[in-house]
Amino acid sequence: MTITETGGRARSGGGDVQAPPPLRPRRRGIGWAQRLEIVLLSGPAILMFVGFVIFPVLMAAYYGFYRWKGFGPPTDVVGLDNYVTILQDAAFREALWHNAVIVVLSLVLQAPVALGFALLLNQKIRGQSIIRVLIFVPYVIAEVIVGTAWSLMLQTTGAVNDALRSIGLGRFAADWLADPRLAIWSLMLILTWKYVGFAVILFLAGMQNIPQELSEAAAVDGASYWQTQWRITLPLLGPTLRIWAFLSIIGSLQVFDLVYIIWGQYVASTAGTSTMATYMVVEGRNAGNYGFGNAVAVVLFLISMLIALLYQRFVLRRDTEGALTEGR
Amino acid sequence: MAQSRWGNPIVYAAALMLIGVMLGPVLYIIIGGFRTNSQITTDPAGFPDPWVLSNYTDVLTGDTFWRQVGNSTIAALATTVGVVVLGVMASYVLARYRFRGRAAMYALFAAGLMFPATVAITPLYILVKNLGLVNTLPGVILPQIAFGLPTTIIILVPFLQAIPKEIEEAAAIDRCSRLGFLWRMVLPLSVPGLITTGILAFIGSWNSYLLPLFILNDQDGFTLPLGVQAFSSQYSVDTAKVLAFTSLSMIPALVFFSLFERRIVGGLTGAVKG
Repeated sequence: MTITETGGRARSGGGDVQAPPPLRPRRRGIGWAQRLEIVLLSGPAILMFVGFVIFPVLMAAYYGFYRWKGFGPPTDVVGLDNYVTILQDAAFREALWHNAVIVVLSLVLQAPVALGFALLLNQKIRGQSIIRVLIFVPYVIAEVIVGTAWSLMLQTTGAVNDALRSIGLGRFAADWLADPRLAIWSLMLILTWKYVGFAVILFLAGMQNIPQELSEAAAVDGASYWQTQWRITLPLLGPTLRIWAFLSIIGSLQVFDLVYIIWGQYVASTAGTSTMATYMVVEGRNAGNYGFGNAVAVVLFLISMLIALLYQRFVLRRDTEGALTEGR
Repeated sequence: MAQSRWGNPIVYAAALMLIGVMLGPVLYIIIGGFRTNSQITTDPAGFPDPWVLSNYTDVLTGDTFWRQVGNSTIAALATTVGVVVLGVMASYVLARYRFRGRAAMYALFAAGLMFPATVAITPLYILVKNLGLVNTLPGVILPQIAFGLPTTIIILVPFLQAIPKEIEEAAAIDRCSRLGFLWRMVLPLSVPGLITTGILAFIGSWNSYLLPLFILNDQDGFTLPLGVQAFSSQYSVDTAKVLAFTSLSMIPALVFFSLFERRIVGGLTGAVKG
């Protein structure tokens, strides 16, 4: 298996008549030198990761059992009270519902659009790389900038309403951000705008990994363009689609920046765009209830984890099975 | 191909439409910065008439913007270096050593993809506070490195695994140690992967909002995203200036991205393939 063995064998074959050289006593298993290298090389990453990721997540779980304002060590154990409060709070259930809507609408809105454009662009056309760069631009721009720009454009006196009026569609002008019937759709519009380019690029890359010979063979067999896409491209794009959907779902559950920037901490709940993460920050940090905020974080984490596990178990399994068990 | 002959014009039209939709808001920000506030009030969707430069020059001659650019640059570069160096070391171990616990270690980092900073943000804040790093850039950089590691490792491990065993065997015959092999062969061969992960870390740090929001309270220490938000609430009536500030702050990420677009996309799809 390992290379050092091969190297040792090659060397002993080269000159030494004796058994393996004493410098490398291991035949199976690993020696201390290799152990040391493993520790030295991966140690810093593991320390950082455990210290700044795993430990804080565990602490969130711990603080979640306390009523705690963030000063001094937490002392006021309340057990599961925070969780009971969360689950009974209509504002949280609303936020959870918004997250669910965002998850579903993100998939439903982005997948067909992105697939359509990826199929269109997956041809021999000039300037494809420039096109790809340009549609990826929104994805690269910071959420803060996206939020600032769109909130200016969607104001009642903003560019969107003005443009609608100037093309004679003034009756569609609306209060895009504050009207509770519209705000979630405005959010979806912005989310789609920001993230659909990522989906297009991902799908396009997936399509370009599909061997050309397959569609050529299909063409020889008399398949039409659509038959080829439907029978060959889409099925072979399956893994890419499933990974994208996974990233999209997890991302949708965590939405924070855009909502917090556009709607701030007070308006999101009345406009109907609050999410679990904004609820967490508003009710936790901003209200000074650190214990409660951490309990919300735990709920958010458990929900994401549960969905991720179910998704991996039932959807991703055939994609990841090879990658994880290959044990190269 | 048959469809390309008749398909072309449609494809170009569709591509142009898509690009228009994607770039419209961006152009709105950039062009809006060339207008005056009265222009924006009277004609929110119109073009500048006349074009004014003062919004941009005001931002560029003030020191707030440059201080925030400096802070963001330091944070992003340090995060990038940290993520790439620690990431490649750990990935090398995961890719080319066989030991008990390797699968567990890989699973640990892979699970990290599902730990958003959102969940850990308050304890993270408390941890940073206890380390005495609140309001400092290291307080932002260290957690960013940690949260950047999973993506980096997921992308780099397949890269390092793809380096042929023969090269390693040849190196071993030439009495090159495993560490020497890492330094002399693996690093040069995995430069594309390193660039991908580096750019992702850089852009992620450049754009990050939640963590700096918690850690940095002092205006002087703000990174650009916090600066944009502070600026836009401070000058909420001066929309034109906000637009100028906003468009200037997105330039670096855009430049970085367009230089390395191929690498980023390649790296992402490499990761998708597992």
